[in-house]
Amino acid sequence: MTDQNARTVQGQQARMRTFVRALGMLPVLVILAIAFELISGRFLSTNNLSIVMQQASINIVLAAGMTYVILTGGIDLSVGSILSASAMASLIASVTPGWGAMAIPAGLATGLAFGLINGCLIAFLRLPPFIVTLGSLTAVRGIARLMGSDTTVFNADLPFAAMGNATFLGIPWLAIIALGIIIASWFILRRTVLGTWIYAVGGNQEAARLTGIKVWLVLLFVYGISGLLAGLGGVMSAARLYAANGLQLGQAYELDAIAAVILGGTSFVGGVGSIWGTLIGALIIAVLSNGLILSGVSDIWQFIIKGLVIIVAVSLDRLRLQGNART
Amino acid sequence: MTPLVEMRDIALSFGGVKAIDHVSLDLYPGEVVGLLGHNGAGKSTLVKCLSGAYRMDSGQILIDGQPVTITNPRDARAQNIETIYQTLALADNLDAASNLFLGRELVTAAGFVDDDRMEAETRRIMARLNPNFHKFNVPVSALSGGQRQSVAIARAVYFNARILIMDEPTAALGPHETRMVGELIAELKRQNLGIFLISHDIHDVMDLCDRVSVMKNGKLVGTERVTDVTEDDILGMIILGKKP
Repeated sequence: MTDQNARTVQGQQARMRTFVRALGMLPVLVILAIAFELISGRFLSTNNLSIVMQQASINIVLAAGMTYVILTGGIDLSVGSILSASAMASLIASVTPGWGAMAIPAGLATGLAFGLINGCLIAFLRLPPFIVTLGSLTAVRGIARLMGSDTTVFNADLPFAAMGNATFLGIPWLAIIALGIIIASWFILRRTVLGTWIYAVGGNQEAARLTGIKVWLVLLFVYGISGLLAGLGGVMSAARLYAANGLQLGQAYELDAIAAVILGGTSFVGGVGSIWGTLIGALIIAVLSNGLILSGVSDIWQFIIKGLVIIVAVSLDRLRLQGNART
Repeated sequence: MTPLVEMRDIALSFGGVKAIDHVSLDLYPGEVVGLLGHNGAGKSTLVKCLSGAYRMDSGQILIDGQPVTITNPRDARAQNIETIYQTLALADNLDAASNLFLGRELVTAAGFVDDDRMEAETRRIMARLNPNFHKFNVPVSALSGGQRQSVAIARAVYFNARILIMDEPTAALGPHETRMVGELIAELKRQNLGIFLISHDIHDVMDLCDRVSVMKNGKLVGTERVTDVTEDDILGMIILGKKP
């Protein structure tokens, strides 16, 4: 009986610790929101919060995919380019007679295909993820420009425009999709065998291999899902803009996605982190962008402040965790 | 009696270096065979062919007299061959239960990871192997060397191993924990397991093993019953590479 009690208490403590670590950045998010409300006086309006959620949604989706990759100790630099190519594929399908219904699948399939190519190179040729995805960052950007002959593809009559601009019970569809992806990711990472394997590969790839885990399958999955979610991001951005452009769309998106994952407390060496942290990290970035604009800060200073906040927030988090480790 | 394991004429080269040079070994149920030799003699490499970590170039492995193909760790596990690696092969970021069931997770009827059942099973086996073990909800990186070792051992014995490979099982342990490993080996012998024990320590091997095989430069020097030889004989085999 006492053993049973000790066990539940220990389990609860462990769960609390995981919870606190995952939400470690939540206070930063709350403080930022209150600060911007005090400065601008209109940050916390329902309308503005809805805009923030909409702005955050694409980065949340990309960062969710990035979380899988970084949990295995890898990196995916190509998501911005893949997003652009997928948006192009989606819009090109939508303006091709008879292919309108295939617009969303075309975007998703494009993303998945590029992600799986990354995954194959990393899993089977054992090339470093940084090099592979740095290559595809450039190559896929070129392919995206090639797809539209380096022009902007526009469709004023986009069949899935509602996804980008309509709301459901007052919540933008983009935000609902993003939250759905977070919940599904939490489920995969926490409740499935595949999720355990992802953490194991990030913790000790050699041990994972020796215990019979199919490491290649795990790598293929994480880069595939990162590509697929970049494809979804492409569809979402096409739906929002009614247009796609191979040159500009998605430039530097990979950096915001990586920043969100790291702000969320996921370790860069892999094996430690949570999808809830990523959600909070992505929201911090969106709140900063929106709040700085509302406060009338110039574009130049926005960059400087965003960069500094990321560095300071992560340093504080490090200090906090070190303190925990000692006690 | 048919040997539990027969390794016949095993050879493996790494880029022209003959890591294992046509070695044959066998192992009977309820027997402990020690593998001795200097660093780089090929002991670990040889048993890694049996555990599926390496793929041999040529040779044959028979289990219960039947030829088997072992090309990866999954094949070895399917033959009830379990390995305790010198590096322990633990995922430091996961807790004891996740490590014990790594690659063989217990799932619920719906197909999801069954954390509660895995933890309960881990508590059950740890109560037997290491009653002082209580850190079930922290990553194994927070455990001591002996505690980590007991997680690795629990993983090997939990799944009804018939053939156990122990690579330097006591290298990281204090005297008390080393004695526990010795008791465990005796217990597993009584359950009729066959054990390959790789070690540097001649005393350990003489105490725990029935037979000892000595390797040098990838070749088998010889296999002797421990009752037939002295420690000095074995030492001579290791250093000179000659039979007594």
